Amino acid sequence: MKLFVSDGNPHCVKVLAVLEFTGVKCDVKHVNHEERVVPYLSRPALPALLLPSGTHLFSPNSICQYLIELNGQESSDIVNQWLEWEATELQPAVMQALHMVVLQGKGADTPRVLRGPLSYLDQSLSQRTTPFLTAEMVSVADVVLWAALYPILSDSSLVSGNQTLQLWFERVGMLAACVSAVQTVLQGKGLKAESLKTYLQRQPTTHHGQGQVQGRGTQPCNSPEGGGDDDCVLSEEEIQSAVVTWGKGLTDLPMVPERQHPILPQEGKRNVLVTSALPYVNNVPHLGNIIGCVLSADVFARYGRLRGWNVLYVCGTDEYGTATENKAREEGLTAQQICDKYHAVHASIYQWFQVDFDFFGRTTTKKQTEIAQNIFWRLHERGFLLEDIVEQLRCEACQRFLADRFVEGTCPFCSYPEARGDQCDKCGKLINAVELREPTCKVCSQTPVVQSSKHLFLDLPKLEAELEQWLERSTGSGDWTANAKQITRSWVRDGLKPRCITRDLKWGTPVPHPDFSDKVFYVWFDAPIGYLSITANYTDQWEKWWKNPQQVELYNFMAKDNVPFHSVVFPCSLLGAQDNYTLVNHLVATEYLNYEDTKFSKSRGVGVFGDMAKDTGIPSDVWRFYLLYLRPEGQDSAFSWVDMATKNNSELLNNLGNFINRAGMFVSKFFESCVPAMALQQEDKRLLAQVGWELKQYINLMDRVKIRDALKCILNISRHGNQYIQVNEPWKKIKGDETDRQRSGTVTGVSVNVACLLSVMLQPYMPTVSHTIRQQLNAPPSVTGTLLQGTGNFVCSLPVGHHIGTVSPLFQKLESEQIESLKKRFGGQQPKTTAQPATTPASDPAAQTAVNGADAERARELTLAVAEQGEKVRTLKGQKAEKTVIGAEVTKLLELKKQLSLAEGKDPEPVLTKGKTTAQPATTPASDPAAQTAVNGADAERARELTLAVAEQGEKVRTLKGQKAEKTVIGAEVTKLLELKKQLSLAEGKDPEPVLTKGKKK
Amino acid sequence: MSLKELSSLEKALGLKKPNKYSTQGDRKVPVLQSINGPALVGLVTIATHLVQEAKQPELLGGSAEHKAVVQQWLEYRVTKVDGCHKEDIKTILKDLNSYLEDKVYLAGNQFTLADTLMYYGIHHVIVDLAVQEKEKYMNMTRWFDHVQHYPGVRHHLPPVVVLRNRVYTSGHH
Repeated sequence: MKLFVSDGNPHCVKVLAVLEFTGVKCDVKHVNHEERVVPYLSRPALPALLLPSGTHLFSPNSICQYLIELNGQESSDIVNQWLEWEATELQPAVMQALHMVVLQGKGADTPRVLRGPLSYLDQSLSQRTTPFLTAEMVSVADVVLWAALYPILSDSSLVSGNQTLQLWFERVGMLAACVSAVQTVLQGKGLKAESLKTYLQRQPTTHHGQGQVQGRGTQPCNSPEGGGDDDCVLSEEEIQSAVVTWGKGLTDLPMVPERQHPILPQEGKRNVLVTSALPYVNNVPHLGNIIGCVLSADVFARYGRLRGWNVLYVCGTDEYGTATENKAREEGLTAQQICDKYHAVHASIYQWFQVDFDFFGRTTTKKQTEIAQNIFWRLHERGFLLEDIVEQLRCEACQRFLADRFVEGTCPFCSYPEARGDQCDKCGKLINAVELREPTCKVCSQTPVVQSSKHLFLDLPKLEAELEQWLERSTGSGDWTANAKQITRSWVRDGLKPRCITRDLKWGTPVPHPDFSDKVFYVWFDAPIGYLSITANYTDQWEKWWKNPQQVELYNFMAKDNVPFHSVVFPCSLLGAQDNYTLVNHLVATEYLNYEDTKFSKSRGVGVFGDMAKDTGIPSDVWRFYLLYLRPEGQDSAFSWVDMATKNNSELLNNLGNFINRAGMFVSKFFESCVPAMALQQEDKRLLAQVGWELKQYINLMDRVKIRDALKCILNISRHGNQYIQVNEPWKKIKGDETDRQRSGTVTGVSVNVACLLSVMLQPYMPTVSHTIRQQLNAPPSVTGTLLQGTGNFVCSLPVGHHIGTVSPLFQKLESEQIESLKKRFGGQQPKTTAQPATTPASDPAAQTAVNGADAERARELTLAVAEQGEKVRTLKGQKAEKTVIGAEVTKLLELKKQLSLAEGKDPEPVLTKGKTTAQPATTPASDPAAQTAVNGADAERARELTLAVAEQGEKVRTLKGQKAEKTVIGAEVTKLLELKKQLSLAEGKDPEPVLTKGKKK
Repeated sequence: MSLKELSSLEKALGLKKPNKYSTQGDRKVPVLQSINGPALVGLVTIATHLVQEAKQPELLGGSAEHKAVVQQWLEYRVTKVDGCHKEDIKTILKDLNSYLEDKVYLAGNQFTLADTLMYYGIHHVIVDLAVQEKEKYMNMTRWFDHVQHYPGVRHHLPPVVVLRNRVYTSGHH
């Protein structure tokens, strides 16, 4: 039996306490929150108990009941009742309370949501004569409820009244099993436990309350669909404070100053230095490289600038090393020429991706030599360098020492046959090239020989104690990603060994020591110094950034394979140099991004590389959006074309773009482009509070570099917005009486302000789109800086009377044909093929479920097949073939036709039509309510409205004509009719104006 | 709603005299008033109690392991399925579908109370599924069909038509 638990998860307190209480024998395995232990659940569920039979239990309460039962105790009605109450009533309230207290820092008092459940529990206990919930003895119900309440009740500041409850809580908490479970999971710290915070952050953004339609929490939502008890969720104070903020307007808020180079640290400001791992110059970066470092760092740097921090973002190409030498030989250029050439390639790719470096430099500069040699001498003077004889692999055929990356062999640890000379890709262990079994030269495939030469080593063991002290401080106070901490921990735990810093090469920073004059620095020593030298090439006052740990906060962005160099090796160089260097405060490492179901591979031509992205015709902003949407935070993720199309079409086009476009359109169509007067009603105020809450959440997440999670907040806001418009129907109300018209104005005004806020929140992710929105809304320049100050200010930034610009669609649909052809072009793996009629090539099953476009594809193929088969039948008939032969072919034809009808959704069964992609004709009510959700529903709804309006207006025109009314009168009505028809076409995606069609959905 | 379920369950269990129920709170949690003890609160608690009253303990699972599995799915029903968001429905269907891939009933080969209550709780979702979706969640649909035809289960709910033949042969699994 094996129990999987995760740190900081209060549910794990329950099961560990019960496990120890019962004394049942069981392995306990600690895993991280995102580990999917239970294979059939799509979301990670912990704790989980794996039984010997292979069955998984994933409900903490059932695990507890099971353990108790193994111990020979049957559960009674009353125990069951308490457990059910815990799961259905207490748990949602506790989660909500923890969210508020831990993540939002609210609450000096018992959170309101918990008052009911706590006093119910208190009363029940008071009515009993027993010391425990169900009996004289402690039962599973006591432990489960105690553990659920532990984080809250252990904090004395949150407890008020409920005497009996307090006594009971202390009584249960005295059990040894409870004490040790709390120690294991929450380090005995309750609410203050850092691990609890991490756990809560990892929970899918549970909306503030369970009653909300958009809440996507794992917690149960027990309100009827559509919500209705939203009131109990956002407290009155929260709504009031949202309204107050809203009323402030932009004027009260400080402006963010323009960037002025050179950017230097400033007293009294938050000075943030952002670096992204330096890409190696002679490889064109692939999408994984881009999302892993430069793009992630860019989003954070942009966000920091919006927040008013004093941010400097530097990066550059890493240019020294054998690989460059080789490439030069291949292309018949000098190493420097190769670097120049590829540096430009890199720079242009990042420019296309709109990565806004303050400076993008390179490592082959004079400054690099100066700084690297200075650090070297300081280390040397302080006795942190050792000399030793090194055995190196030398290829006699190539006449040179082989750099690690030019040797391949069998890993001495795990026997992986394709281990590199420095590291094994399989087990991740670092390898000395000479330790490889059966080494071969990657250039000529000869077996290299071992030769000795004298080298210098950085004495890591001597620096270990100092490193550990620093690590403890930095990881304790900074936002290190879990993988960064874990990789570092395992490195330090395995013990540090001296590391060679010199190499027998030409293309590198020369070692200044006379005894090693023919050598250069090894790239891992040299490359991170690039951050310093690149800054030095940006400004002579670089030391204000790099020798200023008091004022500067350093963020390093990288993929996880780079962690040890940034967390152990480079800090040791800097610590040993003893020159008050700025060391990393926040180490942000991503996992890997895969391509479809495989790895990116330049040699096999699999995957999209930086320079190809722009050839796809998909805008840079959309690439950024999708890469950030699947940023491998916490676990590997995979790029998939079909998914990209889905996300583009559902999130950007139908959710975000749709909302912003409608909000703007209403202003321009109904209110002559002037923001109408707003008289806020309760419903509007609640939207302000909801949006304000998501904004806070966004800031909270972004501050902790949870870039992917923060993006979801943006999408949540536009979902709220779409729903708000949908419920309030401003396009209908505008035609009503004065009250209705006023209502329509309020809803439009609030919506367009939400759109304006979204433009700012989007800026780090999609700079061009953000700019376009602001242009369309004619937003004052000050919005970009001010809305994100402090904990977020959702103010009315487009006040009454504000004149907006011309609104047009922001996004374009990605068609499935386009995606299919891109997929083929970039060699994405075709997932397994299923048996198909010979005439129809297997279309990708994933595409069918995900985009629906596949049905259209299939329909096309079937149409062809039907035509072909029809021809065959006609030919046979013409040849007067035998009846049975013809009959068989006719049967086939009919079968094909039937399949075609199905694929086209024309099956007699009406339910089938919903699988189709094309918009429903406006007259047929959409068959499935689910299909109408915020997404397409909006336009379908609108189309229906417009159809009615067109019919009505048409009738009017006919009547007028029949009455032989005046021409001008008729003319005016006809103009209206035409306008309505145009709108209808728009809503149906049939826009007559070709320029506009591109953004519309079909 | 849950009161109808409880009364259907009583019939399915063959309990002769119907109990009296009330509800409490906004969520209308069922309450069973009993003559010789304190009231019982909560759908799962009451349903479990009824099964014991009807002396059919096998419906709660035979071994300790089965009992835990049954309890787990009963909890799942009242915490995840009840009042779930539209967006979560897909996840629930998907998870149930992959869970049921190698099982006849929720607790394996044995029909239990978990099947009955899950059936009651998820019926409104299944009724609205298109043929194509039912095929997509094939294992779940098969389970649903089994349960709705299990003797005595389907009392207050209309039957859902499940096609035996696949319509969408192009096959997404």
